[in-house]
Amino acid sequence: MTNLTFPRGMTRRGLLKGGVALTAAGLILPAHMALAQTEPKKGGVFRVGIGHGSSTDGYDPGLWDQLFVQTFAAARHNYLIEIAADGNLVPEIAESWDSADGATWVFRIRQGVSFHSGKALTPEDVVASLNHHRGEASTSAVKPYFDPVTDIRVDGQNVVVTLNAPNADFPYLMSDYHLPVMPGTDGKIDPTSTDGCGGYVVESYEPGVQATLNRNPNYWKPDRAHFDQIVLLTILDPAARLNALMTSEVDTIDQVDPASISLLESRGVAKILSISGNAHYCFPMDARAAPFTDNNVRMALKYAFDRQELVDKILAGHGSVANDNPIGPANRYFFAGMEAKAYDPDKAKFHLKEAGMDKLEVTLSAANAAFSGAVDAAVLMSEKAAAAGITITVDRVPDDGYWDNVWMKKPFCASYWGGRPVEDQMFTTAYQSGASWNESFWSNEAFDKLLVAARSELDDAKRREMYQEMQRLVSFEGATIIPMYNNYVMALANTVATPEKVSNNWNLDGFRCVERWWFA
Amino acid sequence: MTEIWRMIGQRLLLGMLTLFIISVVIFGATELLPGDLARELLGQSATEETLAALREQLGLNDPAPVRYWNWLTGVLQGDFGVSMATQKPISELVGTRLGNTLFLALYAAALSVPLSLLLGVLAALWRNSVFDRASNALALTAISFPEFFVAYILILWLAQTGLFPSMVRITGATTTGDLLYSAFLPALTLTLVVTAHMMRMTRAAIINLLASPYIEMARLKGMSPMRVVLHHAVPNALAPIINVVALNLAYLITGVVVVEVVFVYPGLGQLMIDAVTNRDIPVVQAIALIFASAYVLLNLLADVLSTVTNPRLMHRT
Repeated sequence: MTNLTFPRGMTRRGLLKGGVALTAAGLILPAHMALAQTEPKKGGVFRVGIGHGSSTDGYDPGLWDQLFVQTFAAARHNYLIEIAADGNLVPEIAESWDSADGATWVFRIRQGVSFHSGKALTPEDVVASLNHHRGEASTSAVKPYFDPVTDIRVDGQNVVVTLNAPNADFPYLMSDYHLPVMPGTDGKIDPTSTDGCGGYVVESYEPGVQATLNRNPNYWKPDRAHFDQIVLLTILDPAARLNALMTSEVDTIDQVDPASISLLESRGVAKILSISGNAHYCFPMDARAAPFTDNNVRMALKYAFDRQELVDKILAGHGSVANDNPIGPANRYFFAGMEAKAYDPDKAKFHLKEAGMDKLEVTLSAANAAFSGAVDAAVLMSEKAAAAGITITVDRVPDDGYWDNVWMKKPFCASYWGGRPVEDQMFTTAYQSGASWNESFWSNEAFDKLLVAARSELDDAKRREMYQEMQRLVSFEGATIIPMYNNYVMALANTVATPEKVSNNWNLDGFRCVERWWFA
Repeated sequence: MTEIWRMIGQRLLLGMLTLFIISVVIFGATELLPGDLARELLGQSATEETLAALREQLGLNDPAPVRYWNWLTGVLQGDFGVSMATQKPISELVGTRLGNTLFLALYAAALSVPLSLLLGVLAALWRNSVFDRASNALALTAISFPEFFVAYILILWLAQTGLFPSMVRITGATTTGDLLYSAFLPALTLTLVVTAHMMRMTRAAIINLLASPYIEMARLKGMSPMRVVLHHAVPNALAPIINVVALNLAYLITGVVVVEVVFVYPGLGQLMIDAVTNRDIPVVQAIALIFASAYVLLNLLADVLSTVTNPRLMHRT
C-alpha cells in the first residue's frame, strides 16, 4: 500500500490544515484497503474522464502521444509484452522470449488468439505491426527504437528480431504503447483500422469527444477486462472533470488539480489515488550555449533553489524531490543513495566563484504547456536564487507552439518527461550525445561509453553499477535540472476497485485501468 | 416587392465579397501562427526525419498562395477538403459539430428571445417601477459575470444537487428529449448571458416611442396602456429589436466556446480550438468561414426583416 499515500509537506499552512487532513486520511484510507482486497467482479459500465484528447486523434499507433489515445489503445489492443503492476515484464501476445547473445531476440507468439474481426493472430501480423515503425517513410514517433534493428522475420511460430548490437533491455521496448499487435495484410497494417485483439471492441469513436467499447466475448485472458462496457470521455477542463466525477457522470478522472485534492477528499464522494512513478518535470539548459557550457554554472543553478518547496507548492505534496536524475524510484537501477542537493546559496556561490563569476544573470523560458505550474515553479526558483547572487529572469511564453519555438530553441526552458520503464530507454532518448530529443545538447564521452557498454552487459550487479555511475554523471555533470518526480494523481468513485498494487509505469495503471480494475 | 428582392440580391453579393475578404484574412492569420501541423501531430518526441517525412506526405511544402488557391477553388465547388490531421473529409468532421452548435444556439434562443422580449415590454410598460428596476438589475448582474462563472454557479446549484447533468453526452442513441434535458444548463447559461442586451434594447426602443405624439394621441383616445404598447409602440420598435436579436443569435453560434468547455459540449468552438492548436489549417478555415457566414446571413436577415416592418427604410436611399 506504499503508493496509496497522502503526503503533506510540513509547511506552516500544512500544519494549520493538519488536523482536518489527518481525519480525512484516516477516514479514507481503510476504505481503500477494504476495496483493494475484494475479488474482481464482472459487469458495469466504466466511464473515465480524461484530460486529453483532440479531434485530430486517430488510429495510427505511430502518432499516439497522450493519455486518451493511450488508454483507448490499451482497451482494444494487446502488445507483445506487458509491464506488470510490479514493473516486471509478463507475457502478452509473446508467450515467451529469449536471446542467446542479446542481439538476436526470439519472441514465441501465442496461439489461439483472434482479432475482433475473427481473423486468427499470426506471427506475420506481429511483423507487420513492428514494420509500421521502421523504414524511411515511417512517421512513427518510436522510429528511433528500430534504428538498431537490422531484420525482423517469421520463423514458424516465432518472430525473430536481429539487432546490430546487443541490447539486454530490448523486450522492454516491445512493451511500448506505440507497438500494439494489429492485423496485417501483405505485410502492412491498416493504420485507420480499429481492429485489435484486446479486451474491448470499439462500438463508436468520436475523436476529441468520446470512445465507447464493449467487452470482447472471445477475449483470451479469463481474468481480465471485467467491465461490460468502457466509455472514455475527453474532458479538458479540470473543473469540469471534477464536476463530472462529483455528479457521478464518470467513475474515474485523471490529472486531479493539486489545489482541489483536499476539497474532493472532504466531500467523501471519491478517493484519491496518488502513484509515484518515474514521471518528472525538468529545466534543460543548452550545454552548448554560454554560460551553461561551464559545469560550475550548471551546478550553481542546481544548488540555488529549494526542491522541497517546489514539491510542496507546485505538486501540493503529490510528488517527491528529484536529484537531477531522470531515472526514478520506479526504475530497477535507481540510485537512491546519491548525494542529495539541498538549497544551499553558499555552495551555489562557491560554484559561481569556480566559474570565475560573482553574479549570474540567466533567462528561463516557461509556459504551462511544459507542465502545469511551470511558470510558478520558475518564479519560485528565481526568488530563491537571488540569495546566491543569481538573477533568473522568468520569460513567460505562450503555451501555443511551445514545443516548436521554445523547447530545444531557447537555452534554458521548462520541460517534462513521462518517465520510461527502462534506464537505457530514458538515457538513449534524452541524454546520449546527439540523440534527437537530447534537450540539453549535453555530450559526455564517459557517459556515452557506459551507455553502450551497459546495454550488452548481462551481469546484473555490474549493470547496476554502470547505471548508477551514469545517474551520477547526469546529476552532477549534466545540463538538466530535474527538481521533482510528479505523482500520477487520479480520483476514483467509491465503487471502483483496483488491485492492491497499481502500476507506476504510466498514468491510469499503465493505461490498463480498463483491463485491470472492476466495480466492487 | 421588387425593391426588396433587389436589396436582398445586393446584400447577398456584398456578403459574398465580405466572405472572400474574410477568407483571405483567415488564411493570412493562420499563416502567421508559429509552428506547423507535423510538429503538433507528432508532439514533443518527434525527430527531424519523421517531421520531414510527414510534411512531405501532407503537402505542407507547397508555397502559401498555391495552398490558398487550391483550397478556395475546392470550397467554391462545395468541397472543403480533408482534414490534414485525420485525413477525414472536413464536411464530415464539421457536420455533426455544426448540428450540435445550432441545436444549442436555437435552444438558448428559444429560451432567451421570448424571455427578453416579454421582460423588455413589461419593463417599458411599468418603467421605473420595482419590476423594471429588479429585472434590469438581475439581467445586468447575469451579463456582468463571466460565462464560466455563471456556468459553475449553475452547476453548483442545479447539477450537484442532482437536478440536471453537469455535462452533455451526445451519442447516436440520444433522443431529442434527452438532449433538451441534458443541454438545459448550457442553454440556461447562455440565456443568462444574452438576455440583458435584448431586454434593455427592447425597453429602450419602446420607451423612446412612448414619447411620440401618435402614442399620446392613442392614450388620449382612452386605450389601455397594454394595448398602446402592443399595437402602437411595438410594431414601430421592431427594427432595432430585430437587429439586436440577430446579433445575439450570431453570438450564440460563434461565441460559446467557454460554455462548451465547461459543459463538455461537443460543438464547433471546441473543434476550432483543437484545429488551431493542431495547425489543421483547412479545418480552421472552414469553421471560420461558417462563423463568418452566420454573421453575414443573420445580419442580412435582420436588414430585410427590419425593412419589411418599416417601409420607410426602403425609400430612404
